Amino acid sequence: MIGEFSDMDNKILSAQVNMDDFIPATAEEKEYMVQMRPSSTFFKDSIKRLLKNKVATACFFIILLITLAAIFIPMVWPYSYEQALGVRPGKPVDNTYNDLAPFEYSKSEMKKIDAGEKVVPHIFGTDSQGRDYFIRVVYGTRISLAVGFFASIIVLVIGLTIGAIAGYAGGKVDLIIMRIVDIIYSLPDMLMVILLSSVLKVALEGKLEETVFSKIGSNIISLFIVFGVLYWVSMARLIRGQILSLREQEYVLASQAAGAKGKWIILKHLLPNCFSVIIISTALQIPSAIFTESFLSFLGLGVNAPMPSLGSLASDALNGINSFPYRMIFPALVISLIVLSLNLFGDGLRDAFDPKLDT
Amino acid sequence: MNGYILMTIIYFITRQVGETMNTKTLMYILKRILLAIVTIWVVITVTFFVMHAVPGGPFTSEKAVTESVEAAMEAKYGLDKPLHVQYLTYLKDIVTKFDFGPSLKQRGRTVNQIIADGMKTSVKIGVIAAFIALIFGVVFGAIAALRRNKFVDRIIMIITTAFVSMPSFIMGSFLLIIFANHLKILPANGAAKNGLILPIITLSLYPMAYITRLTRSSMLEVLGQDYIRTAKAKGVSGMKIIFGHALKNSLIPVITYFGPMLAYIVTGSIVVEQVFAVSGIGRSFVNSITGRDYPLVMGTTIVLATLIVIMNLVGDILYKIVDPRITLE
Repeated sequence: MIGEFSDMDNKILSAQVNMDDFIPATAEEKEYMVQMRPSSTFFKDSIKRLLKNKVATACFFIILLITLAAIFIPMVWPYSYEQALGVRPGKPVDNTYNDLAPFEYSKSEMKKIDAGEKVVPHIFGTDSQGRDYFIRVVYGTRISLAVGFFASIIVLVIGLTIGAIAGYAGGKVDLIIMRIVDIIYSLPDMLMVILLSSVLKVALEGKLEETVFSKIGSNIISLFIVFGVLYWVSMARLIRGQILSLREQEYVLASQAAGAKGKWIILKHLLPNCFSVIIISTALQIPSAIFTESFLSFLGLGVNAPMPSLGSLASDALNGINSFPYRMIFPALVISLIVLSLNLFGDGLRDAFDPKLDT
Repeated sequence: MNGYILMTIIYFITRQVGETMNTKTLMYILKRILLAIVTIWVVITVTFFVMHAVPGGPFTSEKAVTESVEAAMEAKYGLDKPLHVQYLTYLKDIVTKFDFGPSLKQRGRTVNQIIADGMKTSVKIGVIAAFIALIFGVVFGAIAALRRNKFVDRIIMIITTAFVSMPSFIMGSFLLIIFANHLKILPANGAAKNGLILPIITLSLYPMAYITRLTRSSMLEVLGQDYIRTAKAKGVSGMKIIFGHALKNSLIPVITYFGPMLAYIVTGSIVVEQVFAVSGIGRSFVNSITGRDYPLVMGTTIVLATLIVIMNLVGDILYKIVDPRITLE
């Protein structure tokens, strides 16, 4: 080696190399080389990129606002989603509560106001049974968001497990799983969803009573089952593709050489590296689940009455669309806003977490 | 005119087939056809067994049916036989005669007749909507790509984003409120004169927005390629580059959307026919579900699913044939 210290005595070689370059650095010089900013992780980088995207950030806050409103407003609002305001025990039904336009009051409420009492206005009016429409929309939002969220989680868990197994195991296991995925993938999803939920609705009715699920309702459970059965395939495909490319990496080989078993490698090496793909497709799954739920609710296969969802509210509003168009407009606007924000936020996430993807 | 267009399309396809057909492509096509057949079989099987797993027979909801009458009814429709026999008969009837049996609730009519009746209106709506979506989608997409990041592009992108985020029943209801209730220029009922215009528009908006975005991005990609630069360098005019050079290649991804578009239109029509009270196959499907007319539910599901699977198949095969660069798995 040229310039090695053992060659110091060799005049010819020392003439070729400037030996000053090899003097150990002083403390000051070391100080100069120290990185001034703390090293950034992939996650932090991505968040930073995400925050730079104004549309995605705005959408995130819209979603946050809607979610918080959907969670907390029902707690403080004086009316409940199922309470027909005109119906009071021991008194004749007060029909003046029914079909109020936004910010109108019933007769008894007018009296209260005249007497100086404060009455919380019906911001969106009331429906034909005298239920406060605002709280129904808020509650419907809560249901729709919850359905979207949990459906995505179900899809994520099932798709992740099966995809990871297929990708890591390879061979016959992979072949069989992927053929099943191919077939489910080419099934017309919406038709199958309608078919399965219409049947499950009948099959589950009555069986759920006195279980934890009775409160959620047979229709939502059947919706979750349908999602679990049909929608995991694209997630599984995605994860499998990722795992297939990742398991050829050197660090996996190194881990295997060190004696790591399959479960360890999948959990510690492969899945964390699929992280961004997982986040992105889960985020984009939520709006599609909300879409499906509203679609099914619209056909009368969604949530059980009197529980509202945005889709069922819109569906109910269709009957009186001539007289009360706003009953359609409010849930429709909320649903569009949620889906739009989630889609744009998901796009932002994809750009932020997958910088290689240049679109 | 139509004949000429069809001839041209067939000519181009056969020419392309001749150029790109090799054993690998053939194997791929065979594999896809096999998968499609298996899928249709799965649909039939799942539909059959799922519908037969429903607790309570189809006649339990009928009032005042004595046991002997119920038994007679079940014997008439072959429901007294063991399940696997029923299944095999059902499968055989579909495969050999394309026969879905009689409807349970609409006495004297077969499922085939009901589906054929509904199909007349639904196919009309669906085909027109698909054409509108295709033509306007491609035109808007090309315009957006040409005016990239300019005002027109922004407007087109905002509108299409909004359309993509709106469920079809909401879109339909908004159109209903605006055009039928406020402006009163179009009827809200599908049976009225010009009544199919609103359903067609509703159905075409989502695929149109999707095709616009698809065309835009693929056009942008094509415009960045070398042969376009060569054409520009040779002094070819902007219009001629777009229509003569870029458009043909940027339409390739649109072909893959054929299948999904049909799937969307089929499911969309279920909702849209409900909103506008159009008596098509989608509406009869929903009615058959709520009315528990099992043979009709099964028949409609199978027919629509087969349609979607076949369209997906055609779209995929066309895609591989049109673009020889695409590598086959």
